[in-house]
Amino acid sequence: MSPTTTKEISIGDVAAREAAGINQMDGEDRMALNVGPSHPTTHGVLRLILELNGDLIEKCEPVLGYLHRGDEKIAENMTYNQFVPYTDRLDYLSPLANNVAYAISVEKLTGLELPERCQAIRVLVCELARISSHLLGMGVFGMDAGAWTPFMYTFTEREKLYTLFEELTGARFTTSYTRIGGVARDIPEGWLDRVSKFCDELPFATDEVEKLLTRNRIFLDRTEGIGQITKEDALAYGLTGPNLRASGIDLDLRKDKPYSGYEKYDFDVPIGTRGDCYDRYLVRIEEVRQSIRIIKQVIADFPSGAWYAEDAKKIFAPPKEKILSSMEELIQNFMIVTEGPQIPSGEVYFEAENPKGALGFYIVSKGGGVPYRMKIRAPSFCNLSILEKLVPGHQLSDITVILGSLDFVMGECDR
Amino acid sequence: MIEFMQSLEIWQILAIKIVFALMMIGAVMTMAGYSVLAERKVSALMQGRLGPNRTVLPIIGSVPIIGPFLQGLGIFQPLADGLKFLFKEEIVPGHVNKIYYYLAPIIALVPALTTMTVLPFGEFFTGAGETIPLMLADLDVGILFILAVSSLGVYGIVLAGWSSNSKYPFLGGIRSSAQMISYELAMGLSLLPIFLWVSKPGVEVSALSLVEIVNSQHQANWLLLVQPVSALIFLIALFAETNRLPFDMPESETDLVGGFHTEYGSFKFGIFFVAEYAHIVIGSAIFTIIFLGGWHFLPWMSDPWPANWVGTILGVGWFLTKTVGLIFFFIWIRWTLPRFRYDQVMDLGWTKLLPLALANLLFYIVLVTWLDQSAL
Repeated sequence: MSPTTTKEISIGDVAAREAAGINQMDGEDRMALNVGPSHPTTHGVLRLILELNGDLIEKCEPVLGYLHRGDEKIAENMTYNQFVPYTDRLDYLSPLANNVAYAISVEKLTGLELPERCQAIRVLVCELARISSHLLGMGVFGMDAGAWTPFMYTFTEREKLYTLFEELTGARFTTSYTRIGGVARDIPEGWLDRVSKFCDELPFATDEVEKLLTRNRIFLDRTEGIGQITKEDALAYGLTGPNLRASGIDLDLRKDKPYSGYEKYDFDVPIGTRGDCYDRYLVRIEEVRQSIRIIKQVIADFPSGAWYAEDAKKIFAPPKEKILSSMEELIQNFMIVTEGPQIPSGEVYFEAENPKGALGFYIVSKGGGVPYRMKIRAPSFCNLSILEKLVPGHQLSDITVILGSLDFVMGECDR
Repeated sequence: MIEFMQSLEIWQILAIKIVFALMMIGAVMTMAGYSVLAERKVSALMQGRLGPNRTVLPIIGSVPIIGPFLQGLGIFQPLADGLKFLFKEEIVPGHVNKIYYYLAPIIALVPALTTMTVLPFGEFFTGAGETIPLMLADLDVGILFILAVSSLGVYGIVLAGWSSNSKYPFLGGIRSSAQMISYELAMGLSLLPIFLWVSKPGVEVSALSLVEIVNSQHQANWLLLVQPVSALIFLIALFAETNRLPFDMPESETDLVGGFHTEYGSFKFGIFFVAEYAHIVIGSAIFTIIFLGGWHFLPWMSDPWPANWVGTILGVGWFLTKTVGLIFFFIWIRWTLPRFRYDQVMDLGWTKLLPLALANLLFYIVLVTWLDQSAL
């Protein structure tokens, strides 16, 4: 038994000062400021302990874990399919993309090949999730800079998206759409038309947001040169997603390690030049446009056929009418429900390009329906790791803009 | 009228003044309350929402057509909000400095209401053909009084930030004082060219009187057209003084949570809230008086209304229309622009507005001197 240490944590100044080590400080003119865990700028339960010299931040210490639920441990105690709803709650702004990333990593373990239609559906929902997440990121970023109206505009668009999600998955927020070896159900009739209609109308809304923000002098003053991340830093801290690309590094897993048939679609990867908050905002806006482009290509050439892997007998549950009418399918369904999809032993690491960055699943299987160990690489967690280096030297008001531009989700950061 | 006033005892004059003062406070407070409603409705309009449309009074709500219409407009919402502030539990945090903590909202509201005493808002036509401006006190130094008193309001905010003994309000108070010193100077300087322009050489009437400023715009240029730079600087400074976005540093809700009023609740917060909107109402009225011709109709035109009580009402109505238009402008700007950082406000105030105001002043000194010399 190793000796246990206990640390009393109390809310308020004493704890903050102790945690920031300010008691032993030379100057009397510094102030410890506790931002969060419940603070409008932290978008969730991030806590920052700041050391302020006047209005200048000299030290920043992020404190994580307020939303820790032990998802990785939970995964060891349930079948692969049962874990799908938990992936919704990682990055809860793009549950569809999380579902897909998780499903693909388990499928890699089994070596399952998916039919084209299933892959197309997955690309479609991934890109819709990306649009939804980036719309929120842009809107909230504007709100952090003080502009409320763009936030409402993007939220109106997200509302339309949620209606589409509801039609597809039956849920608006936590969709749990994918299954190992397919998706939960085929797309509803006429749904593709409604998606393309949405994609036709979306550019008007993003243009409106751009009119309000992109060339706005105050917005430029607030964001340009703020929170600048160099290429080297971005790589050293393991940044991914739009935050990395804004620093000028062309890394997009959809292009570099295509999955789910991304190689078939033609799209550009926007990269920034300076890596400041403004670049991160621009990259997100452009990614929304590229996502629309991908969605239009998917819809234009939408494959027919099965929407699940038909040969995956021990993994994907057969159709309901067959379960009710045939003995073999009934047993198969019973086994999948009680023991879980039968995954061969082995281990796999798979990263998908999620809206927030590279979401990775490392799964160790010893056979059977339950993973032996699972590790989730959460992009928000890695993106936030740079805070300690990024924030010092900025003013207190810049914190909101920097946090808004990093566009993190604590659900996936603390998991 | 003047003879009538002179025939009264001093206590009678006092009583009349007090009644008028209470009426004006009532009017300004009502306008402040309904500016809140206007803010919510206009922002809802801009953002594709509906805004408040649920609150309703029991009896009026059941009147067919009119009831639901008023409910949809949210007419009763300010009433409900005000009552809510009154009935909320009075919470005073243990760590505050009690005297100043209670004093702060009062100091924030009183200057806003005091400036109102010298605001002319119309004119009364006597049977003898004279016109008497409608106002509580016709000070010869009206505009100086306004500049002096209205800037006191910021002390309420600074005091609130300081007495709360808490970090976020403290930062809000600091920002407020930093903001005040950066716009006050430019605001004062932007008004000097107005006096130069309005006061004619050899005339004994003081051009610091607001009535004179309004009457100088009758059947002539509005000062907005004569002095656009002054109007611009004054408007920007007005935004800063009323703590409106893009200058709402003291209470920037995304980084300072609530800023100076973080520790305030119930009616004390309500007073801060009303004070902010009272400032907007008064500020819009001042801008209307100085730059938009007050109650006079349009530039270069004589007032189309008759010189009797109908004209008085129409004139006051026209004045209120302009003021409400400006209040709408305030709201419009708030929901369009992002917020400055407070060092940027100081930068704007000291390095842009102040030199601009000085240059503007010099230009008008030269221009007015040249005009006066050539007129003599």
